[in-house]
Amino acid sequence: MSAPRRYPSLVEAIGHTPLVEIPRFCPNPRVHLYAKLEGMNPTGSVKDRVARYLVESLESSGRLTPDSIVLEPTSGNTGIALAMICKLRGLPLTVVMPANVTRERRQLLEIYGVTIVDSPASLGSNGAVALARQMAADDPRFVMPDQYANPANPRAHYETTAVEILEDCPEIDVFVAGLGTGGTLTGVGRRLREERPNAKVYAAEPMPGEMLQGLRSLDDGFVPEVFDASVLDGKYLVTTAESIEALRRLTDVEGIFAGVSSGGVLAVATRIAEQMESGTIVALLADGGWKYLSEDVWSRDLDHESVEELNLW
Amino acid sequence: MTSVRIPPVLRTQVDGQKEVEASGSTVGEVVTDLVTRYPEMGEQLLTPDGGLHRFVNVYLNGQDVRYLQLLDTPVAERDALIILPAMAGGR
Repeated sequence: MSAPRRYPSLVEAIGHTPLVEIPRFCPNPRVHLYAKLEGMNPTGSVKDRVARYLVESLESSGRLTPDSIVLEPTSGNTGIALAMICKLRGLPLTVVMPANVTRERRQLLEIYGVTIVDSPASLGSNGAVALARQMAADDPRFVMPDQYANPANPRAHYETTAVEILEDCPEIDVFVAGLGTGGTLTGVGRRLREERPNAKVYAAEPMPGEMLQGLRSLDDGFVPEVFDASVLDGKYLVTTAESIEALRRLTDVEGIFAGVSSGGVLAVATRIAEQMESGTIVALLADGGWKYLSEDVWSRDLDHESVEELNLW
Repeated sequence: MTSVRIPPVLRTQVDGQKEVEASGSTVGEVVTDLVTRYPEMGEQLLTPDGGLHRFVNVYLNGQDVRYLQLLDTPVAERDALIILPAMAGGR
């Protein structure tokens, strides 16, 4: 089935992203490595898929009233995707974001007219989740789609991302994606378990910077409710410097301009490709490089420890 | 000896050190050695029945040991362990 190219609204234009082979990047000539370019979605990230399912789940839940305000913790991409969809649905949106997210994310949200509430940078996404959940508890007008807990998040990937991957690459042996909420890995992983039980699923996880680990105790730790750890075959830690190195090489040899988490995903895909005899890997690149330009990702010195303190994932 | 990186949230229990040395031939033995020398870390890292605390991730050369052989994962001389708290990511 070929994808439609004419749409009644921007929301319908979400998904059907290209799957592009990156042989010059791949370290093993017997392995086919493909990149799924989620930056080609309408607002520029994989989160368009999630935001659509989140808003539809709110609408069908009956929780929306005429004075409802949609409220979501996000470090950017989900907020931007929700901003587009809420705009089309006529829903006001407030997002809670760590104060140190890149300037472009804040600018985009402002362009869409979103209300932004800052959470402490030192508490990272944990802090944004905690503050948003508190705001929702204090004011009944706030309705949280909650990407961390709403099964609509992994379902978006189970019903769209995974289906596209299997259609375009039925021979898939390995899937690699970044771990954030766990929605992509859980949704795609579940579909692969059912339809390609021999396929392996690996996560790339960002190494949190020293200053971004502002937990008071381990009991402040957080594992997103939507993340089903059993779908994974392995989880690899990647540093920001490693991610950025992979990202630069990707642009250099394949001409693809992607975001920082995509570099982390490709660093992991590289390790796996090196260990494989032969086969096919699909790596999901969550967004394009546009929202990271202000951080000089393509030119800064990677030897300096401060690069690990950037909130770029 | 294996180098073990300690996250900021646990550093007060190891006299502020960012990295400590510990010995053992499995992840479990290395953790036990660590807990013997820094007893306060024990209840933070391990559950009463000796399992890994839910909000603790341990990585051997960058790989989460939950997907290897957990505490039975073999550790070689020059391997590096990293202990991290489970934190939210996402966008």
